[in-house]
Amino acid sequence: MDLKATNRDIGSATVVDISGRITLGEGSAALRTLVRQLLDHGRKQIVLNLADVNYIDSSGIGELVSSFTAVKKEGGELKLLNLTKKIHDLLLITKLFTVFDVHTDEQKAVSSFTS
Amino acid sequence: MRVSTQRIEVTLETLLESVDLAEDITLRVANAVGFDEEQGYRIGMSVREAVINAYSYGNNQDRARRIFVVFELLPAHMVIHVRDQGAGFRLEDVPDPLAEENLLKTSGRGLFLIRSFMDGLDVTRPQSGGAEVIMTKRYPASRAASPAGASEA
Repeated sequence: MDLKATNRDIGSATVVDISGRITLGEGSAALRTLVRQLLDHGRKQIVLNLADVNYIDSSGIGELVSSFTAVKKEGGELKLLNLTKKIHDLLLITKLFTVFDVHTDEQKAVSSFTS
Repeated sequence: MRVSTQRIEVTLETLLESVDLAEDITLRVANAVGFDEEQGYRIGMSVREAVINAYSYGNNQDRARRIFVVFELLPAHMVIHVRDQGAGFRLEDVPDPLAEENLLKTSGRGLFLIRSFMDGLDVTRPQSGGAEVIMTKRYPASRAASPAGASEA
């Protein structure tokens, strides 16, 4: 299944519920477009809820990194929520678990933004 | 696709769809020779990453070029070859994605994932040209001694 996403605004934060695959091609491109659109609309506190993302490859990992740096460049923050075991393990072995702010509780993720 | 008991050869076009196709075939082969779902996922992702490399960098998305995937079912382990028709590269020239200066790069993790998920990884430059990524994976201990179940993939 290709990537699907729905946004929920909670105060100044936007939670993006993502499902499907973040892989080379449409999945990665869809995530890129989504994050750029949020930034264009001034939404700079972004939580990506990955609970229903069942697969991610190196391109998807690269797109997460790209999104992270794009949001940071605009003065915002991008956080990850509800990683599946596979994505958790991939972020661990690629040392990106220490780069991303990863949460398991949505309320805590939303309230953790610094500004 | 040519199929025999011990060797499976697949020739793919340089298309984005070939990445998913290569992974699907790999999952079938891995399942047929006795790998469980978790190991199948790791082997499938490794082949996926090798084919992504071939598609994006080796063949530079040139549809006229081909990607060759070979599964060799040896007595104790499986060897998977992914060859492209590009300029080739040396494994030692690939930057370490775990180095501090590379952590936030958006690419360059594919071979690292293969190394993490497989028992062996090598890259050669065959005489026929291109780069050949060679991956090995030992069969699970629960598997019967002789290769079996791969007469169809």
